[in-house]
Amino acid sequence: MLRRLKLEWPLHLMLLPAIVLCLIYEYYPMIGIVMAFQDYLPGRGFFGSPWVGWKNFEFIFGVPEIGRILFNTVYIATMKIIAGQIVPITVAILLNEVRIQVFKRTFQTMVYLPHFLSWVLLSGILIDILSPSSGIVNKFLGLFGIEPIYFLGDEDWFPYVLVISDVWKGFGWGTIVFLAAITTINPNLYEAAEIDGAGRWKQTLHVTLPGMMPIIILTWTLDLGSVLNAGFDQVFNLYSPQVYSTGDIIDTYVFRLGLEQMQFSVSTAVGLFKSVVSLFLISLSYYLAYRFANYRIF
Amino acid sequence: MMSYRYSFSRKVFVVFNYCLLTFLSLLCLAPLVHILAISFSSSSAAASGTVTFWPKSFTTAAYENVFGKPEYLRAFLVTLQRVALGTSLQLLLIVLTAYPLSRDNRVFKMRTVYVWFFLITILFSGGLIPTYMTVRMTGLMDTIWALVIPGAVPVFSIVLMLNFFRNLPKEIEESARIDGAGHLDVLWRIYVPLSTASIATVTLFSIVGHWNAWLDGLIYMKHPKHYPLQTFLQTIIIEQDPRYLTAEEAEKMALISNRTSRAAQIFVAALPILLVYPFLQRYFIHGIVLGSVKE
Repeated sequence: MLRRLKLEWPLHLMLLPAIVLCLIYEYYPMIGIVMAFQDYLPGRGFFGSPWVGWKNFEFIFGVPEIGRILFNTVYIATMKIIAGQIVPITVAILLNEVRIQVFKRTFQTMVYLPHFLSWVLLSGILIDILSPSSGIVNKFLGLFGIEPIYFLGDEDWFPYVLVISDVWKGFGWGTIVFLAAITTINPNLYEAAEIDGAGRWKQTLHVTLPGMMPIIILTWTLDLGSVLNAGFDQVFNLYSPQVYSTGDIIDTYVFRLGLEQMQFSVSTAVGLFKSVVSLFLISLSYYLAYRFANYRIF
Repeated sequence: MMSYRYSFSRKVFVVFNYCLLTFLSLLCLAPLVHILAISFSSSSAAASGTVTFWPKSFTTAAYENVFGKPEYLRAFLVTLQRVALGTSLQLLLIVLTAYPLSRDNRVFKMRTVYVWFFLITILFSGGLIPTYMTVRMTGLMDTIWALVIPGAVPVFSIVLMLNFFRNLPKEIEESARIDGAGHLDVLWRIYVPLSTASIATVTLFSIVGHWNAWLDGLIYMKHPKHYPLQTFLQTIIIEQDPRYLTAEEAEKMALISNRTSRAAQIFVAALPILLVYPFLQRYFIHGIVLGSVKE
């Protein structure tokens, strides 16, 4: 025991700073979740405020817009997951057909870029280019005689603007993992397929795609954990009261309730609801990824 | 591997493929180029909506306006400060934490417990309001530390780093240990120098993360003068909050069309990312692939 301690203490010591920070800024707020069952008073802290049981939850599920907010969240997130997988997979396969290395590298440099820009900047850009009066997108559509569309102020358009701009931002980055998967495919398989008379298209269908399958299944499974993450940064910076009916999501609702209307306890209750469902989904996804793709995070 | 006699349909496909990929890559840059063109155009040209991808009636007035604005420069400085402080703190903690967690269970009995301690923070969180309350209770509100300390332990980067450490050959470490080197020696003298690709990757993530963060500035800073750049832009471009404009500025704003000025501010804020990113690109792809591949 003592001998072990003597050998191990530097390792414990190295972990100490990160542990202390996590205890304060990650674990202490988890205790703060008790706020969801209180009528929180800022002066009294997490334990001095009066307890109210499930009242805050009863309140939220009685709010008329809650159903719409849940629907919007799942709808937007699911569309983003599906489109955010199909596009990078397709692009990775197409890029794999490119034989000119300079082209490949230049392409990658260009398409990874949007991933690194914040939604604040991209929203600023989108607000400009999608403007109905002077935006370049509507000017372009005008060439074909299409009346200006108020993309960011129209309830019908808004969710699709979110999905398209999200795919635009992320598809390049998304190809990295699929390209890596393609490079692990054994070249002999292609040779064998060619000898059997398979053209490039048949090779893609019967060698490349099956070779990518483990990674595709893995990423789909892991994405299951983000069904309630519709993208706070993006929605918050693009939405406006006109599009709340189709664009308001759990995270933006939590923000408005908590930090604009100062309803700390109700907001925490909504947040807790989301965290619990997400925890369940993430655990499930990791379990499935472990069972079927033999994936372990560490 | 490739057959050199291309069939006709193959040729058609190759041409189509190059065209499509070229189009996609241009599509990724087009909005930025458009914003750049607007920022260098005269306000009347920008307002008329005729600028496409090349400035019309070239002028640098918008940039003179941006750099003449003390609020913008102050916000830029706050961001530089948070990037410097935040990235160095994160890097230190990533390396210090990843090393013990990369030890074998036989050498470090508690490893699994500690790994779960950190993983739980990705799986579950207290949420917006309790975190906000905690930051307030620890007295960080309205200080630069509110932007640096609460997010100082980036678990994903730690996992990336620890997976990389685990793939380093064990023999090097063992022989150093036999020669009497302590854990810290092994870490600084052997592991860190061997891990430049992974360190470059997590550094890029830290820099970009701090550069782009805006929500923490919005909720933890009471005075707009403490806002980092992204928060400042968020309030000025997205919210267009007139509170942050003095009468004199409002007048200036009218002279230089809002549009060119906004475009210039967006572009200046994106520029540092555009500059660092190509240099680190070759590292991060390498780093990600290595960090996520396990034995």
